[in-house]
Amino acid sequence: MEKERLNIVTVGHVDHGKSTVIGRLLADTGSLPEGKLQEVRDQCARNAKPFEFAFLLDALKDEQEQGITIDVARCFFETEKRHYIIIDAPGHIEFLKNMVTGAAAAEVAVIVIDAKEGIQENTKRHGYLVSMLGLKKVIVVVNKMDLVDYAEDSFNNTETEYRAFLKKLDLDPIAFIPISGFQGENMVKPSDKMTWFKGNHLIGQFDALVKDDNADKTKLPFRMPLQGVYKFTEEGDDRRIFAGTVQTGSAKVGDEVVFLPSQKRSKIKTIELFNADTLAAAEAGRALGLTLETQVYVQPGELLVRVDETQPVTARRFKSNIFWMGKAPLILGKKYKLKIGAKRLPVRLIEVVSIVDASDIGAINKTQVDRHDVAECIFEAVKPIVFDLAGKIDQTGRFVLVDDYEIAGGGIITEEITVDKTLDEEHVKLREESWVRGWVNSAKRAERLGHKATSIVFTGDHGLGKRKMAAALEKILFDMKLNPYFMAYTNLNLGLDSDLEAQGFNRSEEIRRLGELSHLMTDAGMIFITVVAVEDGFDLELLKQINGPTGLMVINVGENRFTQYQVDLTVEPHENEGEVTAKIIDLLKAQSIFV
Amino acid sequence: MNHLDQLEAKSVHILREAYRDFKSLVMLWSIGKDSTVLLWLARKAFFGHVPFPLLHIDTHYKMPAMIAYRDQMAAQWKLNMVYGENTQAVKDKETFPDGNVDRITCCRNLKATALKHTLSGNWPRYRFDHEKGDYQLDTNTEAYTGVIVGVRADEEGSRSKERVFSPRDQENDWDVGDQPPELWNQYKTDFAKGTHLRIHPLLDWTELNIWEYIEREKIPIIDLYFDQGEGTRCRSLGCYPCTSTVESTSKNVGEIISELKTGKFANIAERSGRAQDKEDGGLETLRREGYM
Repeated sequence: MEKERLNIVTVGHVDHGKSTVIGRLLADTGSLPEGKLQEVRDQCARNAKPFEFAFLLDALKDEQEQGITIDVARCFFETEKRHYIIIDAPGHIEFLKNMVTGAAAAEVAVIVIDAKEGIQENTKRHGYLVSMLGLKKVIVVVNKMDLVDYAEDSFNNTETEYRAFLKKLDLDPIAFIPISGFQGENMVKPSDKMTWFKGNHLIGQFDALVKDDNADKTKLPFRMPLQGVYKFTEEGDDRRIFAGTVQTGSAKVGDEVVFLPSQKRSKIKTIELFNADTLAAAEAGRALGLTLETQVYVQPGELLVRVDETQPVTARRFKSNIFWMGKAPLILGKKYKLKIGAKRLPVRLIEVVSIVDASDIGAINKTQVDRHDVAECIFEAVKPIVFDLAGKIDQTGRFVLVDDYEIAGGGIITEEITVDKTLDEEHVKLREESWVRGWVNSAKRAERLGHKATSIVFTGDHGLGKRKMAAALEKILFDMKLNPYFMAYTNLNLGLDSDLEAQGFNRSEEIRRLGELSHLMTDAGMIFITVVAVEDGFDLELLKQINGPTGLMVINVGENRFTQYQVDLTVEPHENEGEVTAKIIDLLKAQSIFV
Repeated sequence: MNHLDQLEAKSVHILREAYRDFKSLVMLWSIGKDSTVLLWLARKAFFGHVPFPLLHIDTHYKMPAMIAYRDQMAAQWKLNMVYGENTQAVKDKETFPDGNVDRITCCRNLKATALKHTLSGNWPRYRFDHEKGDYQLDTNTEAYTGVIVGVRADEEGSRSKERVFSPRDQENDWDVGDQPPELWNQYKTDFAKGTHLRIHPLLDWTELNIWEYIEREKIPIIDLYFDQGEGTRCRSLGCYPCTSTVESTSKNVGEIISELKTGKFANIAERSGRAQDKEDGGLETLRREGYM
């Protein structure tokens, strides 16, 4: 039978000897490639440096010069029982993001404490992060026991103190082990210098660990973030495949499923894999594809769940515990890209509830989150996001935040927040209350122009004749001596939006600007006509909100795929322009825009 | 799920992430076992299709069997196959086999420099024409901004520090000391204009995993890895002047696996047959400059 693999991360304060512990483990388990030990010894001799086990890992020149681990090194070793991957995470505070990277990839955390120096700031900070990253298996090694003469009471004091600290974080370590990485005590065999210690030596403890069971994840409700919808028609393949990695749970052919937040439902028709036997069920951990019984149009980023199981939360505002690694602080009001599951969209920080001081887990009052801070914060997304609360389903309650192209923060969602008004609604309310007008009010303007102001937006897939219809509408209204203004969407890219990069992240900003522009044009009394490509009904909702109290009419061209937004009219692709404009004019008359 | 299923799922997830976020994506295919597994994983991820081009850097010192195998697979799997090269260095004989430069400089000239200019599109690229069955000058000169590479963390020290999504600047430089965090299957998929990303779906795989997977999936692999009856075989494929064979009578994948598990290679590094690594600081210096 194949041996299982277990990922272990080593963390702890700088210079507490993590790399030495790992180097020793590799050497004493006979896991080094032949000649590697000698190669490093020779290199030390050439540079007139005493040999250290840590040098085995510090394979990069940078590190040897600085004497600290700057990145995450992976090393492999095996015992009779299983394969281990040891991830050596840096202890230095500047390298927090590297430590997080290492710890997030592991199932077990080994926290290294120097017996002589005792618990330091990062020993605590790392404990906090280990807890937030969701690692439940923790082993604490009290290293450098040789420097305290292998004294039992020294070990006991460290254990008592650190255990009390971890308890506050709901962490209950599996074991505390006194070791000396330098001397190789209690590493791969029981130490005869510490016969007072009755527990397992380090390797013994590793082998005694019980690995997380995939079955536990499979028992949870089915959650599959949608990574992509593939159709490779050019090679004669007409399968439409919904691809993703199943995070938790399982689903089988025939199960009724729903995409969220779009709420589009269907049934699983097939489970797709390449060069593999058919699976009985799409189970947690598998990266696979599904085909569905009905035509469903959804964007990547939606979460697929089973209809008959506990539903996740759909909300825009949420409370979370986060850690911040960004060069710039996390500030109120600015938009950050949230990545949760396969979804990416902008969020704004609403409130810093508290900042945790990692050195003593007290709270500090601040209105921004600085680099290396751990904080409790409330965010609001520009559209509803779908999640489970951390603790219920960890996999779908975790997110990262991107600032200026970099992953700058990570967090777990602890609470859904319901609000009367979203940030956008508050903005519109404030705008309308404070709006300054000249002598001409909208009634006077309507009287002069012979019609009320309004906005008409055409939407639908590319190439269905939206722009032609919009332009035709402008012409016919103009011929009726009304005041229409048709704006081609590309004109925005030429001007108002020229500072925005053409990326999905900016979609909501484009919509916001279009909404404000439409608000201005209608405030000037016009019939504003434009064409817009939207991702979903939430985009139309946002446009309507920002557009404000003057009406917004949405004309959908082609199949109506909006589940969250009631469009005013749906017309056929390339439908006769005269017929389309006649229908719209009827609608405008019904709304008393003109008679 | 066994450990190969888990490795496969993670790699597939990474490939789909890359495909979603990079419009100009390319996969490097060295013809060796690792990048051939990577290519197979792409077919897994996209259900038998490979929706991006494969790039091979031809040093002119690759073993002829490698080129033949490349073109055979390109035709069979309908790959969008592209190659590039440093024509000038070969013409000027600025190579180690010509005796004019050391091994490191030769690698830099024929691989790192050729790669850099082929990726950016300012040197010619040649694309496999499936109708004609040979290579034509590629009219697409757009820079590739996402480059999928089959490096493994267990190969040597500097690779063990790699990220799955690893940013490089315009000069292909790698800032080892300041790398993006990666957690919870979330990677750096945003990048400023002028930078690009290396994507490493095989980082967690070991040499043994690669062979176990080749065996399980029955992936057709170039026969230079197998003993042809002379008692030697390649363990790692490169240019013939710098790649020595190892003494081994393994004639198939199963024999290689048992040799790796218990036999004489269990404790010998895979790249020990690559002469350029032996020069002090060699591979790391090269990798910072863009070598894979």
